[in-house]
Amino acid sequence: MIKKRINIRMSGLGGQGAVTGAHVMAMAASKDGRFAISNPFFGAEKRMAPAESYCRIGVERIYDRGELVFPDVIEVYHPQVITMGKSYTMPFYSGIKEGGVVIINSDVPLLSDEDIQRLKDLNVAVFYIKGTQIALEVAGTELSTNMTMIGSAAGITKCVSLNGLDLALQERFGKKFVASGGTATLDEAIKKKFAKKEMLLQKNFATVKAAYEVGAEWAEKNKVELQVAAMAAA
Amino acid sequence: MSESLEAEVKTNPQGDPITSLEPEQKTNPQGDPITSVAAPKVDFKKDPHAEAKKQRVVTPEYMFFEAPRTKEFITGSESAKEAVRRSNVDLSIAYPITPQSETMQLIGVLYGEGYVKEYYRGEEEYGVMSAIAGASRAGVRCFTATAGPGTLRGLEPIASWPGHRLPAVAMFTCRVVNAPLAIQPDNIEVSYLLNCGMIVFHAENQQDLFDFIMQGFIISEKNDVTLPVGVACDGFFVTHARGYVHMQEKGIKLPPREAWRGAVPVLDAENPPARLSRDAPVQKSNFMAYNIHAVWQQEVWAAVERSRKYINQYMGGLVTAENVEGADAILVASGSAAAQSREAIRLCKDKGLQVGLIKIRSLRPFPTAELRQLCAKAKLIVVPEFNYVAWLAKDVAAAIYGFSKAKIVAGPHVYGGMSMPVEMIVDEITGGLTGKKSGNVPMSAIMGCDVDQAAVAHFMQNI
Repeated sequence: MIKKRINIRMSGLGGQGAVTGAHVMAMAASKDGRFAISNPFFGAEKRMAPAESYCRIGVERIYDRGELVFPDVIEVYHPQVITMGKSYTMPFYSGIKEGGVVIINSDVPLLSDEDIQRLKDLNVAVFYIKGTQIALEVAGTELSTNMTMIGSAAGITKCVSLNGLDLALQERFGKKFVASGGTATLDEAIKKKFAKKEMLLQKNFATVKAAYEVGAEWAEKNKVELQVAAMAAA
Repeated sequence: MSESLEAEVKTNPQGDPITSLEPEQKTNPQGDPITSVAAPKVDFKKDPHAEAKKQRVVTPEYMFFEAPRTKEFITGSESAKEAVRRSNVDLSIAYPITPQSETMQLIGVLYGEGYVKEYYRGEEEYGVMSAIAGASRAGVRCFTATAGPGTLRGLEPIASWPGHRLPAVAMFTCRVVNAPLAIQPDNIEVSYLLNCGMIVFHAENQQDLFDFIMQGFIISEKNDVTLPVGVACDGFFVTHARGYVHMQEKGIKLPPREAWRGAVPVLDAENPPARLSRDAPVQKSNFMAYNIHAVWQQEVWAAVERSRKYINQYMGGLVTAENVEGADAILVASGSAAAQSREAIRLCKDKGLQVGLIKIRSLRPFPTAELRQLCAKAKLIVVPEFNYVAWLAKDVAAAIYGFSKAKIVAGPHVYGGMSMPVEMIVDEITGGLTGKKSGNVPMSAIMGCDVDQAAVAHFMQNI
């Protein structure tokens, strides 16, 4: 299904970069010439506490704001979102639209039979990605897990291009950027993992690309066709 | 580069080590980096007010309609700052209550640059709003901003502003005020402001906030108005988010307040404040007090009515209406609900439904005549709101009663500052037209000629 708009909900834990993920995704869409908006949503800025972010990408100007109650795509950054209910909505897929996609970062299946049936009834495709493992292999740090989440979502839905993601990463990490105290601290943490800023950009983009390919391959194989329209078609 | 950093570990105010290789991050006492306020660079050779001094006064007409504008991508708080920069403000008083927007902090920057003549931090909201009253009475142009609990804490002095005929602009960036505690943009606090006798505008986005503040000063100070203006917006969605704002250049500003033009004399040596308290109506007799109070309040609300012509002149009307003619349904909304409505209209269009939008900019005065005319032939009116009590739906129903046969749906509602899913608005429209509810949303309150008495009773109970 080609949509004029794709709404993505990213459910993660504090410190995983879900907020940054939405931000990079929205910037990438903007670089691609689409309309986009990202919103963070969290309580205390605390590591491992539930943190959510939302990214809207479309081919028309976006007026609506705030949390996404009815998303097309849900990204689960951490198994605890499901297993420990560290989610702002219960179940974590509450509100997902028919024909939507759920991307879960886990190397083992986490859904109950009931969950599987309910998602099947809604024609929702579920994709497990070994995001943390890919991040460790490609970037050498699990801190790049968020790159695998945005990369795979992009690979499946083509809502942003690899080129757009590359430009967005450069903008986000290439220069001084401050969103909040917690984010500044995390940025320092990830920068220390890499010898040089260029290395950080390069490795993170390689991670995005690896996940993009995994996602794209899965979508093609399973005939998942949830995509956002090209600007020209609007 | 890094060897010197090994010697001592710097910590932020929370005690966390600052390990940055980049220049040290400035933080506020909570440890959040100060991002929007550049650290003041003291250059004694350069006059920090130099730019401000060069500002030239232009007419309101030039400022609002003719001055060239450039497009900026800024937060709502920044747009309020830019509006104040161009508004020739004499005094601004801040109180950093939580929740809050960055606005008053940014006005402090303007003070440093000389764009605002006087600025200080009040002891708390009651003190701030009382001091605004004193300053406005003394004849200067005043601005303040608060949010949520701060609005209610300052409400007693605010409620007395219109009766004292005090021109000023106060910005209310709505947050939850009722229990349980939350800090999101529920706009129930607007309902407390509607009955003060002040003029109340509701901004949809950053652009509205920018325009309404500047236009507010001019309307507020008109001789036959002489009333405070409240500019409300749904905090967080507008204040903390970025949007496009078309702004005039920094080098121009509105004419200064000319207090002698006001409806009441300013306080000075010839009109000392003691006079007001010495001759308080209540000291004459109760009957005198009742009479005086009656004519006083009549005059306040008459002044609210008289502001209509200036709202039309400077703001282009109390409402904006889009695609209302021949629409299957009309959405009536203010603030962020108007933005969510625009998306719902799009989704409805995909379903083949033509839905119009009436965005209410001015809540006081209320656009009664406009709504009666625009809704005369409406079949279904849906009023989405970011609060529990449906203050807008009540006003809409009261305004068009007897002038329209439309069914009015007071809803959907979201509470505690949750953003409104546009799908809920679509459900109310399709449900209102077909009578079938999707089950996605709770039953909203419905009122109108073609529903039964039980439904009307339900509506009355729920608004």
